[in-house]
Amino acid sequence: MSKKQIKTTVNGVEHEILVDSTWTLLETLRDQLKLTGTKEGCSNGNCGACTVMVDGQSSCSCLVLAPEANGREITTVEGLADHGHLSPVQDAFVENSGLQCGFCTPGFMIATTALLNDNPHPTENEIRLKLAGNLCRCTGYDKIVRSVQDAAERLNKA
Amino acid sequence: MVATYDTKTDYKVIGNSPIRHDGVDKVTGRAIYGGDVKAPGLIWGDVLRSPHAHARIKSIDTSAAEAMDGVFAVLTHGDFPQTDDKTIDAGEGTVNLRRGQSNVMADKKVHYKGHVVAAVAAVDRNTAQVAAQAIKVEYEVLPAISDVDAAMAEGAPQILDGLVGDHLGESVENTNVARVFRHEFGNVDDAFANSDLVIERTVSMSMVHQGYIEPHNATAIWGQDDNLTVWSSTQGSFGVRSQVAGLLHHPESKIKVNYVEIGGGFGGKTVVYLAPIAALLSRKAGGRPVKLVMDRSSVFEATGPAPGGKIRMKIGVNKDGKIQAADTDLMLEAGGFPGSAVGAAAICVFACYNLPVSRITGYDVLVNKPKSAAYRAPGSPQASFAIETVIDEICDELGFDKIQFRLDNAAHEGTRRGDGVQFIRVGLEECLVAAKESDHWNSPLGDAPAGKKRGRGIASAYWMNGGGKSTCDLMLQDDGTVMLNEGSADIGGTRTSIAMQAAEVLGIPVEDFHPSIPDTESIGFTGVTGGSRTTYTTGLAAYNAAQKLVVELKSRVADLWETEASNVEFADGVFSANGDSIGIQELAGKLDPTGGPATATASVNLAEAGNAYGVQICDLEVDLETGKTDVVRYTAIQDVGKAVHPQYAEGQIQGGVVQGLGWALNEEYFITDDGAMANRSFLDYRMPTSLDMPMIDTIMVEVPNPLHPYGVRGIGEVPICPPLSAAAQAIKEAVGKPFYELPVKPGRILEAQND
Repeated sequence: MSKKQIKTTVNGVEHEILVDSTWTLLETLRDQLKLTGTKEGCSNGNCGACTVMVDGQSSCSCLVLAPEANGREITTVEGLADHGHLSPVQDAFVENSGLQCGFCTPGFMIATTALLNDNPHPTENEIRLKLAGNLCRCTGYDKIVRSVQDAAERLNKA
Repeated sequence: MVATYDTKTDYKVIGNSPIRHDGVDKVTGRAIYGGDVKAPGLIWGDVLRSPHAHARIKSIDTSAAEAMDGVFAVLTHGDFPQTDDKTIDAGEGTVNLRRGQSNVMADKKVHYKGHVVAAVAAVDRNTAQVAAQAIKVEYEVLPAISDVDAAMAEGAPQILDGLVGDHLGESVENTNVARVFRHEFGNVDDAFANSDLVIERTVSMSMVHQGYIEPHNATAIWGQDDNLTVWSSTQGSFGVRSQVAGLLHHPESKIKVNYVEIGGGFGGKTVVYLAPIAALLSRKAGGRPVKLVMDRSSVFEATGPAPGGKIRMKIGVNKDGKIQAADTDLMLEAGGFPGSAVGAAAICVFACYNLPVSRITGYDVLVNKPKSAAYRAPGSPQASFAIETVIDEICDELGFDKIQFRLDNAAHEGTRRGDGVQFIRVGLEECLVAAKESDHWNSPLGDAPAGKKRGRGIASAYWMNGGGKSTCDLMLQDDGTVMLNEGSADIGGTRTSIAMQAAEVLGIPVEDFHPSIPDTESIGFTGVTGGSRTTYTTGLAAYNAAQKLVVELKSRVADLWETEASNVEFADGVFSANGDSIGIQELAGKLDPTGGPATATASVNLAEAGNAYGVQICDLEVDLETGKTDVVRYTAIQDVGKAVHPQYAEGQIQGGVVQGLGWALNEEYFITDDGAMANRSFLDYRMPTSLDMPMIDTIMVEVPNPLHPYGVRGIGEVPICPPLSAAAQAIKEAVGKPFYELPVKPGRILEAQND
């Protein structure tokens, strides 16, 4: 199969990678770059576990082909913490029990980060709407929504 | 032996909500789940699945796959060793080894669409996929049986060759009903004849899936010394070990199962699917590590849903509000092999009520759908839907208050459960009182917008909870911290809820504990994280280990102070004797002259677990034009015994409620005429999203469990049960029509309105 050289920035680090044109961004992150924090739940964009930011927009990395990542800036869960400190979103999730099994959590935190970048003061309904593409089967969403509300407060105070 | 405790009530650690020890790993992507496992020289496995729901395998031709570049091994059922026709415990259910083997890889027949027929291991995932599809299978297609009526019909084709059913003790051939059993007390027919009102209804429901977001996965290395190493997403590493050992006829002592984080299980990750295949592929591939990860459609088509089925429910009541008798037939779908949750359904079905006379008959029915598995309080949600539907109609018919009627008939200490067990102290009455006094119950429904109508439903439910075996090791470090090993897979913060119980005993902050979950060679046997057993049972092991550590440390202190251990007192983390005192964490650094490190280990095997009750109130709005439902307010009341970590306890309740609401309103296996699941993706199998749900209010009632020193009860499972009926009754109130079939989806609501 044909390989293609791509240049992409992942969590602030520039990578030049030889990718198969059939690979998804998710496979590239997990198998090539060993960034296994991004999870695979359905492989067809239904569950949101693989959500990453592509140029600041939250995207299902299982629906992005690796060559499409050329020239883009990617942020994964491994890139949320800054200089050894958890981001306010990470702090909010861990302190408000916004996770149980933790499998959907990377996707939720990325989606939350993108949401709060766009809309620092979301209503509960806006949060629920914007996170509806991310499935969680453990929490019933209550504590996830509260985590997002708390993250918004933390970011607005900062 | 059953130990009972006078429950202590002033706590330093229990009842707080510290941050979980694995929290940072899980919000930074550092936590290793089964799919993240890497090994040098790793190759990939994939499987070929049956396109038919019911067929005889005439031939399998693997030659094309074997000839492909990059293929290392091809596997069919013939590669499995002969195994015993015996049944082993799988935590929340049992596995018959011979049938379990045929479920992992089909033998002469396929019993459901998606049934694994063959497997390959190849250099990468893509090659494995292509090679698996190159295997040619010839089938003789048979009629697919999709529900209990078809399965039990006269002359129905038999799904499992050679099955001899046990029907009330009688051996029956040519049947799809693996087992019929009965629990009976008193003469129900006489009691019905003497009742003022008898209501009999039949309810039905489809299969639903646990819906964990992480698909099944397994990685295995079959070493040249026949030592087998496995990583697999599971609720219990020891369960994987015993099942792989049994299915592969390989000694348990030569199998090591490594712990990996698990992305949700809800009962569905107690049985093995891929681990035995990965192991045999690795052996055939000369010991190369082999990894398999299921795709989502296979998770739906071939891994354990909760049984659908049919329940007939008959209840007799007098005008004074007392239930006279109850009789039920529980017909639950086992799937392609025997073993539905009907046994547990029978235990739970009448457990909310104090019945003078009752009869429960259970049927375990094979259908051409995936072999069912445990799903959160297995069997109880279906049973709760049936009885609560009829109870609601009785209250409507005779004008009883729906909480008072339940209180007047509530099970309590001493009540005999439908299967004969007598209750110890339980908290159903306290839950009902809390419901009656709740803000929710005492608030009006509120007006619905134009074109919509509102209704309120209430339902109660029961789960017996589990005990079983657990182990915990404690190792006090020189710096006063504690390394804690325990064997329970952590799906929702149990590292912390277990460590908190040791911390309470030792007077050491829980933040100074380092809980780990080691592999099966490094911790004593511990059963699955299931049955709501973990915080209760493994927590009790931690409590006992901590008590042992205190005894050990008293003798060390006695050594240091040259006194008798019996003179040493311990309270609030401080040892004292003869006017001297020392804190436990300070003492930790002074142990060298007393014999070195102080450790303690404890194992428990608990026959009983206390019980769990929940009562829930659902306010719901129905769009009369589209049939769409919206839950507008929800309150879950539950006896939690003692909430060790209230935030996580509440999270368990909220999560269970939302799974139950999905079951009530949307989720179903939609089966086509040829036995295929039409909606095998998360887009079409419609689980609740954040937008579908409101906040879920909880009221935690604490009626201490006398079997635990802190009064802890299992809490994880019962909350999934009441929503099925609570939501259905709310819809009934809104549109004025009863619903006897789940899910109560928009189409059914529209149909009912047009009737």
